[in-house]
Amino acid sequence: MTADVVVTRRAAPLSGARRLLSRHWYAWAMTAPVVVVTLVLVGYPLVRGIYLSLTDATEGNMGRTIGMNVIPSTYEFVGLGNYASILTSPEFLGRLTWTVVWTVVCVALHVGIGLGLALLLNRPMRLRSLYRILLVLPWAVPAFVSAFIWRYLLNGEFGVVNAMLRAAGFAGVAWLDDPFWAKVSVIACNVWLGVPFMMLALLGGLQAISRELYEAAEVDGASPWRRFRHITLPGLRPVSSTVVLLGTIWTFNQFPVIFLLTRGGPGGATEILVTYAYRQAFEGIRNYSGSAAWGMVILALLVVLATVYRRALRRQGEAW
Amino acid sequence: MVSRAARAGAWSRDRRTPGRSIALHLTLVAASVVSVFPVAWLVLTSLKPRAVIETASVAPVDHPTLANYTQVLGETRFLTWAANSVVVSLITAVLGVLLSATTGYAVSRFRFPGFRSVMWMLLVTQMFPVAILIVPIYNLMAGLGLINQFPSLVIAYLTSAVPFCAWMMKGYFDTVPVTIDEAGRVDGLTPFGTFWRLILPLSKPGLAVAAFYSFITAWAEVAYATAFMTGDDKYTLAVGLSQFVGQHKAEWGLLTAASVLIAVPAAAVFLLVQRHLVTGLTAGATKA
Repeated sequence: MTADVVVTRRAAPLSGARRLLSRHWYAWAMTAPVVVVTLVLVGYPLVRGIYLSLTDATEGNMGRTIGMNVIPSTYEFVGLGNYASILTSPEFLGRLTWTVVWTVVCVALHVGIGLGLALLLNRPMRLRSLYRILLVLPWAVPAFVSAFIWRYLLNGEFGVVNAMLRAAGFAGVAWLDDPFWAKVSVIACNVWLGVPFMMLALLGGLQAISRELYEAAEVDGASPWRRFRHITLPGLRPVSSTVVLLGTIWTFNQFPVIFLLTRGGPGGATEILVTYAYRQAFEGIRNYSGSAAWGMVILALLVVLATVYRRALRRQGEAW
Repeated sequence: MVSRAARAGAWSRDRRTPGRSIALHLTLVAASVVSVFPVAWLVLTSLKPRAVIETASVAPVDHPTLANYTQVLGETRFLTWAANSVVVSLITAVLGVLLSATTGYAVSRFRFPGFRSVMWMLLVTQMFPVAILIVPIYNLMAGLGLINQFPSLVIAYLTSAVPFCAWMMKGYFDTVPVTIDEAGRVDGLTPFGTFWRLILPLSKPGLAVAAFYSFITAWAEVAYATAFMTGDDKYTLAVGLSQFVGQHKAEWGLLTAASVLIAVPAAAVFLLVQRHLVTGLTAGATKA
């Protein structure tokens, strides 16, 4: 008798959970593969990365197996030491500044040139499909191939860019060996790579804007600039906000262009945060803990970016 | 639709003055030249003999020869690297789509406790740059003895391919009308049955685009491949190509010929699917 009472009393809170389970188990089961894979493949390394960033692990004191001999790890916990030395180093400020400049300049040029070309391509004219294909070509070539192409074009001795400059009577430029020109070179290469995607995405956005709006504005006597300002730009906002975020992330994380074109040089002039962290871990004496700490600093910057983006999405009415 | 565009076209083309028309075409021609020139120069250079490449010649064609191509195909490991790249990218793309399809559907259709956390997770992990996970994954793979083995690369690529595919497929499933799901449910299908029998067959283009994008992302990846693959029989193309222009020697002839061999098929496939790719990547935006 008493046992029954206990059972019913316990069943009351359980039924809430059970109702939740019976209503949502499908959704949970369907998301399970991604959640499990992400927890194992991203979550576990991430936790380990955080742990490594709090130690003094390098190639020398990392445990490893050589033939039959297992050498145990001898690295030690050092707390926030790595973070303190990163945040106080002049290297951090320099890399961060250049990464921000690189991202802002590249994305501004991507969007500016992409929008200009999209506006031109949106007009009815002859040869439009041909122009479209020619202008998309840089996106179609794999990025690592493009980086090599540019390295050859900008080669100081026999690159065609310098050859043309010399043929026109100017002196050649040390494109990849001078700190300033190397920065110009990596930006030029990345702009060349990134414009086609922006152009196509914005062209899609332009084509979705109703033509009647323009005709009505023209009847009312609005100038071309005012039509652009008050119809085109607001009409593009849904597409442009997405592509600007994608472009920002891609450029911030752009590894191949920097790594293959200048290898971060000359003298670290073109090194962005991502390539710097990579070089710490895999070149010279491998500094695993320092690189892991750099990785976490980069992650913190990206989380800030994602938060800002989610706010913006929510303002647009996206539900989550 | 077509007739309206044609009418609008006639309307605007008649009104454009010859001067403005010339300016428009000149701008587009100039932009096309900038866009095509590097690729065209690559193709032309690959056909020059080594001696000509290493002079500052601006002649577009000079002693044309296929020697660079025969050397790349016959005397280097180019074909092995290409096969490695295809194997790794293909496995990544197939696993990425298989693992993430149901999740894309669930976050497109259901609102459940944990929904926001899943969306947040998908967004943030996609944004992870290589620098965050490469050290821990490298150490874990070294511990498992998988360095210089393909599974280590596939695992590393799945960390970004899985959330990316799920995100992209959510965008695609959002464009499939919910009335189809409702019809399926009325006919007695379970939520999973609706997904499997009705929505998935309708979403083949979306799956293909997600798979293709995962494929080319893995195919062009440099950082993990450079760090993980240490033997030249296991290189992918991106790593192998850097061997041609190392610290001490620069074999520009081999590099350009190999680049053409990679870029031509890649570009051909890419130009065929690029319209779908742009739609897929901006899908979340169009409905807002």
